Amino acid sequence: MRNLLRWETALVFLLVVVALTGQVGTDGSFLSGGNLFYLGLDIGEIALIALPLTLVIVAGEIDLSVASVLGLSSALIGWLWNAGWPLETILPTVVVAGALCGAVNGLLVTRLGLPSLAVTIGTLALYRGLALVVLGDTAVADFPASYTSFGTTPVPGTGIPYPVALAAVLAVLFGVALHASSFGRSVYAIGANEEGARFSGIRVKRVKLSLFVLAGAVAAIAGIVYTFRFSSARADNGVGLELAVVAAVLLGGVSIFGGRGSLFGVIAGVLLLGGLRNLLILQDTSTEVLTIVTGLLLLVSVLAPSITRRVGTLRKAAT
Amino acid sequence: MDRPPVVALDEVSKSFGAVRALSGVSLRLLPGEAHALLGENGAGKSTLIKTLAGVHRPDAGQVLVDGAARRFSGPADALAAGIAIIYQEPTLFGDLSVAENVFMGRQPLGFGRRIDVTEMHARTSELFSRLGVKLDPARPARGLSIADQQLVEIAKALSFDARVIVMDEPTAALSEHEVQRLFGVVRALREQDAAVLFVSHRLGEVFELCQRATVLRDGEFVWSGELSGETPDSLVRRMVGRELSQLFPKQDTTAGDVLLSVQRLTREGVFTDVSFDVRAGEIVALSGLVGAGRSEVARAVFGIDRPDAGSVHVGGKRLKYGSPTAAMAAGIGFVPEDRRQQGLVMDASIERNAALASLGRLSTFGLLCRRSERALAQDWAVKLRLKFSKLSDPVGVLSGGNQQKVVLAKWLARTPSVLIVDEPTRGIDVGTKAEVHRLLSELAGQGVAVLMISSELPEVLGMADRVLVMHEGRLVEELSRAEATEERVAMAAAGQAVAP
Amino acid sequence: MTTQLTPAVTPPARRTAARRLTSRVGRVRELGIVVALALVVLPTAIVNPRFVQPQSLRDLLLNASIVALLAVGQTLVVITRNVDLSVGSVLGLSAFLTAQHFADNPGTPLLLGIGFGVAVGLACGFLNGLLVALGNVPSLVVTLGTLYVFRGIDYALAQGEQINAANLPDALLDLGSSRVLGVPVLVLVAVVVIVVAGVYLRSYRSGRELYAIGSNPEAATLAGIPVAKRTLTTFVLSGLIAGLAGALWVARYGTVDAAAGTGLELQVVAAVVVGGVAIFGGSGTVTGAALGALLLGTITSCLVVLQIPAFWQQAIAGALLLSAITVDRLLALRLAKALRTSEGTSHA
Repeated sequence: MRNLLRWETALVFLLVVVALTGQVGTDGSFLSGGNLFYLGLDIGEIALIALPLTLVIVAGEIDLSVASVLGLSSALIGWLWNAGWPLETILPTVVVAGALCGAVNGLLVTRLGLPSLAVTIGTLALYRGLALVVLGDTAVADFPASYTSFGTTPVPGTGIPYPVALAAVLAVLFGVALHASSFGRSVYAIGANEEGARFSGIRVKRVKLSLFVLAGAVAAIAGIVYTFRFSSARADNGVGLELAVVAAVLLGGVSIFGGRGSLFGVIAGVLLLGGLRNLLILQDTSTEVLTIVTGLLLLVSVLAPSITRRVGTLRKAAT
Repeated sequence: MDRPPVVALDEVSKSFGAVRALSGVSLRLLPGEAHALLGENGAGKSTLIKTLAGVHRPDAGQVLVDGAARRFSGPADALAAGIAIIYQEPTLFGDLSVAENVFMGRQPLGFGRRIDVTEMHARTSELFSRLGVKLDPARPARGLSIADQQLVEIAKALSFDARVIVMDEPTAALSEHEVQRLFGVVRALREQDAAVLFVSHRLGEVFELCQRATVLRDGEFVWSGELSGETPDSLVRRMVGRELSQLFPKQDTTAGDVLLSVQRLTREGVFTDVSFDVRAGEIVALSGLVGAGRSEVARAVFGIDRPDAGSVHVGGKRLKYGSPTAAMAAGIGFVPEDRRQQGLVMDASIERNAALASLGRLSTFGLLCRRSERALAQDWAVKLRLKFSKLSDPVGVLSGGNQQKVVLAKWLARTPSVLIVDEPTRGIDVGTKAEVHRLLSELAGQGVAVLMISSELPEVLGMADRVLVMHEGRLVEELSRAEATEERVAMAAAGQAVAP
Repeated sequence: MTTQLTPAVTPPARRTAARRLTSRVGRVRELGIVVALALVVLPTAIVNPRFVQPQSLRDLLLNASIVALLAVGQTLVVITRNVDLSVGSVLGLSAFLTAQHFADNPGTPLLLGIGFGVAVGLACGFLNGLLVALGNVPSLVVTLGTLYVFRGIDYALAQGEQINAANLPDALLDLGSSRVLGVPVLVLVAVVVIVVAGVYLRSYRSGRELYAIGSNPEAATLAGIPVAKRTLTTFVLSGLIAGLAGALWVARYGTVDAAAGTGLELQVVAAVVVGGVAIFGGSGTVTGAALGALLLGTITSCLVVLQIPAFWQQAIAGALLLSAITVDRLLALRLAKALRTSEGTSHA
């Protein structure tokens, strides 16, 4: 627990460092309202998906299919819109479809006892494949401006973009669920010791299934946000986004082995990742470098705990 | 017997965090002897074995091979020095063939350094015939019975002419017949001047097989010497450090209504047709060898595993199969066998562990009330005299006995009407052991029905109002407190009982 | 009641039944793939007979051989209960660097240039292996990270540039199209690698140790097997093979940009799992994995011939992977139950 607090303090410190160097390095444009608005938009989907994925990883599982669910929901929006459905019907349908995708993951993991890693690599391909089947390589872009403006305008009276407001509301809900509810206690117990949780009467399968369903539903919501933000429904929307989300969650101090981490850390992780990427973009860095940086951040955040442990034992051995 | 030892430990100490597992322990293994290593659970026997195996490196002291100090950097070094370990839990590779398990890393080679499978199978068959076993060398190790797995482990030790063979409770899962055959093998090994370190809880076997013994208690060296001048009682006194009669204070109670009723419960291939009742105020012990199916019955009653047939009634109501939630709602509490894996979440705090089975009661609309969580933990910590510094400390820092108290607190907080305890005093110190026994006795006095699984005969005989004995998945004997003697229970556990 | 649990008097019929079931599971898989292949090829051949002409069969094998190569490396890794998701990126990086090397140094001997690609792969694999073996971090996460790092490096080096056949030596391009006795050279290379790896896994001590590690990692440590070293070796080999595949990719396609092999890791993992290599480690063969690659490649080709949109390909790969692990799991559960009851009966 104390380790975790230190990690989160370090994250906040890093955030401040990034913000300040960004501010100085860009002659004040980094922390300008316009850029922060853009940054908020840019991390909207990552922040959204990171919330349920945190719970999934704390419970000792993983879901790599989230970005594909995002793509599938985007493709479904385009397909159903082309088929003449009203958006008021399309959006709930898409969220339900996302929840179903999550349920398939969850059922394969809990009912058959398959490793979530293998299952969600499979559904990563399957859901993206279905997105391609639904929409092919075409793009649907003729959505009404009243919807697409959600992605580009702030909530009236504030400077906050809609996706960020949505993520903030969900963050509070997920934070309460993880840290202040009996459900959250069960999630931690399952991740730290699944057998022990089962022997304490926790309904392990039901909890895990609900986490996968949540991840699917929120990934579909992120798909809606993504589609309207770029006012373009495409099957390949958000390809590879799972890496950024997993990197953000692990960077936020959640243990890949389950049982440890906090939502506060994850939010700091998302901001740090988003801030770094934004800074690099402001510096006109190419997207390739962004990929490298994201990958490196992921490596560093998973290696950090074991490196500190190793250094600790070495120091102990030396004395 | 004044030959120099093959392997010796000299004043070895080893700590894990704050827990001192071994302090200044010495041991001398002479060629051609069978040496017993004795001590209660938690006395440090397995740490000592793992030190010999090269798994643990001693913090202080030395491991000597042929008189020269050696630092094993891993199990490979210990193997190379001729030390073979047969662990209590067999360590086989389920996907590989029996022959490969025996010869892993030392497979006979043929042309171009390729493994000569025919030769490997032939040599394995030869080893098995020396042991008097008929096992197909080509079959996969997965699915072997515990006894067969142990035989494969023994064949492995034989295959590289080990000079020291450590056997950690090899007889726990074996029948009398297999035990005799194993002893034959041990005697043959002694004749080839190998040293055998034999760990067993069964003192009869120790006297039958071994010449010398070393006793540990709470990680410390107590005694080492010839067995010829000793009796089982004198050894137990050395192991326990006090008279047996001081322990096990079960008071007599009058049994009330039947609270737990198990009828013809069967889980295919694990246990068959098990029926028994436990009444309010009773402590019923479920006894038998390791692997006889005792813990499995408890798991099925609590709903961890699904039985295939039969029924469980609590307070007259039938329980749903395979649902711990239903079992808990009906009033069952279950203190499982493996404290670290099943009983506790080691990384989580004392208060969180204590509250883990009561989450529903501690929350309103799903929101957890932290104050009541803490109050619950505080309350039970006082009642059970838990030794701790802060309730927010992880349970992992507590001693084994105090960890067990947290598990008990977790279940007692639910005020169960039926409490199942599986090996309640395994690996905890003698003082706490007595406290646990007093607690169980008090609970029975308050009208709780207690089902106790235990491998320690003195505990069974001291605590239980009735003793049920299982053998190979069946209930073979039921003895009242007056009828239960060490011999009768042991005979029944070995399958020698007159059918009830 | 007398003691009846000595192994010698165990009813032999039960034991062998359990054993037959175990070994059957292994063999059923390879047979199953062959049947599946037939089920895919026959209808396609009926719809379009040209599908089974030598030329299109050769193309089929050629297309499958690069994935099959990667599947061999992946098998080594998966057997030890790990996974290498970076193979597609390693292939891409090696392909681009090899092509660039040939283009910049026109006089490079063929084998030296290919060796260069192999070395690139080896270096990548070594990095993966070090991080996994020393960092004590799940290989999935490590290789997911390096997947993006290697690909990013690839893009950064390529700068949007493409290397065309015109800049590559003929010897290399010939390698991609030439045949020996009617069989394309690339296919022969893949077969050689499969045979070598197969013999290594079946008949060499260190090969068997890989199965032991995947089967029971704790027991492997206790048995004195150098687990970290073997794990490192498998990642090095997987990287090395991916490097070789990258060089062969250049020979086969002639044109290389930084996107070569993107997403290939999914096909490779699918091929391995479909081919019967247990995702939990401990069992599986390279032949099975290669057959899995062939099946996936054949399905893709059939989609083209049957004029089904290629968009289906990824969904099919995903569905195949899922059904393969599901079937494996169901078989394992049945096997466990069969073993439990047969053992129990022998005791009763």
